[in-house]
Amino acid sequence: MIKYMWAAYISTWVIHILYLLYLNARAKRIREEAEELNRKS
Amino acid sequence: MSSPSLAAMTRATLAKDLRLEWRSKDAINSMLFFALLVVVIFAFAFDPTAEESRRIAGGLIWTALLFATVVALNQTWARELRNNVLDAYRVSPAPPNAMFLAKAFANFIFVAVLQMLMTPLFIIFYNLRSIGPVWQLVLIGLLANWALVVNGTFFAAMSLRTRNREIMLPLILFPISIPALMAMVEATTQVLTGTAQVISGDSSPRFWIQLLGVYDVVFTVVCLALFETVLNAE
Amino acid sequence: MKNAFVIFALATLALLSYGLYMALIVAPTEATMGDVQRIFYYHVPSAWAAFLCFAINAVASIWYLAKRGVKADAIALASAEVGVVFCTIVLITGPIWARPVWGIWWTWDARLTSTLVLWLIYVAYLMLRRFSSSGRAPVLAATLAIFGFFDVPFVYLSIRIFRTQHPQPVMGGGENSGLDPTMAHAFLWNLLAFTCYCLLVIWMRYRLQVAEQAVEDAHAERALGERA
Repeated sequence: MIKYMWAAYISTWVIHILYLLYLNARAKRIREEAEELNRKS
Repeated sequence: MSSPSLAAMTRATLAKDLRLEWRSKDAINSMLFFALLVVVIFAFAFDPTAEESRRIAGGLIWTALLFATVVALNQTWARELRNNVLDAYRVSPAPPNAMFLAKAFANFIFVAVLQMLMTPLFIIFYNLRSIGPVWQLVLIGLLANWALVVNGTFFAAMSLRTRNREIMLPLILFPISIPALMAMVEATTQVLTGTAQVISGDSSPRFWIQLLGVYDVVFTVVCLALFETVLNAE
Repeated sequence: MKNAFVIFALATLALLSYGLYMALIVAPTEATMGDVQRIFYYHVPSAWAAFLCFAINAVASIWYLAKRGVKADAIALASAEVGVVFCTIVLITGPIWARPVWGIWWTWDARLTSTLVLWLIYVAYLMLRRFSSSGRAPVLAATLAIFGFFDVPFVYLSIRIFRTQHPQPVMGGGENSGLDPTMAHAFLWNLLAFTCYCLLVIWMRYRLQVAEQAVEDAHAERALGERA
């Protein structure tokens, strides 16, 4: 029974963390792109 | 020179669309055949006993019609895109809502034709008999038709220049139409099966029919208010 | 600005930790459902967070259509995405809760089903944005958001009446029926924590969107400059 509770809590945070990782990856990419732009100009 | 009135433009555009469709008969023929196929597939997929079939017939009919409608909606804007008619409309002094209403009415007529084809087929395949009054079924049919068509025409216009245009329309249309779909299915089922329901004891197709009516009014207003915005979105 | 963000992030982290502590340890075990009921402390605040996101999106979309500001559009996109994330969590934790308690995965519960429809509308919103050309996407998406906004009352109403007509499992306990005060505390702390977290992530997504827009504009300018 209690494994359902853990399933709910863990899946909540897994989803949140996945989204944060996704945001992080995009942020890193845009930072690199911005730096490259600054270097070129 | 004053710009033509909304009603006049709508009528003219509608006449043009219907004339074009009648001459080419492309869209109508393919839609009719598709509608027939859908009914047959449903009849093979859902082959229940007489009592069960009456209970789920409402859902079957409207699901089949929904898919046929999407095919029809995708067709009717495709021609405009091919001939760059949209750009011509944008620069003309004609009110943009005239084009929207004309398209919506044309679609309404097409879907009504589909309904008139598919409903008898369903009745035959499923041995349906309506327990409630038939005029209620007709009313539900008209309201449901407009509910799908008014939003469908709008979203078809919206998805015209998107990348996956044809899949985009049902993706947007289905979620928004869910309340209307519930209403049309529940109302139809209740008229077909005549089951007395729990709500305050009175015959509850009325509630769903009212819901459909209000839905129609609200979304017609929203579509008319926002169509010009979408048309000029570039 | 950066400092405010860091402070807010740390505060949110503290709130989330405290909320977790309250939910798992401090709150008493429920009589009928047992520990599974603790899902309530995450499931319901997530739903509120999702609705908050979509409310923000509705306002931002209307603002965008009125003023056509780039920032309004960025907020709209950010809140839509974060809303879908929270919605997904609601749709996953809901069935996980329902299964052991009522023996079925889906209950046509008005709130859960409304959440499903909202999820569908906003996933369609995100796809519309992805597949439209970048010039049109903000306007089209804002329009769809307004359709969604007007749809919500119909969704809620039709599902509630649908529920009345289709027999439901008896919803015993757990659903705010006379909440024990400690449970109410745990719930409220988590509600606060997730609201803050929601706003924090929207802020992050908003900043990302603004940055990406700036880079895209810079690319365009350079292209123009080179051609000139």
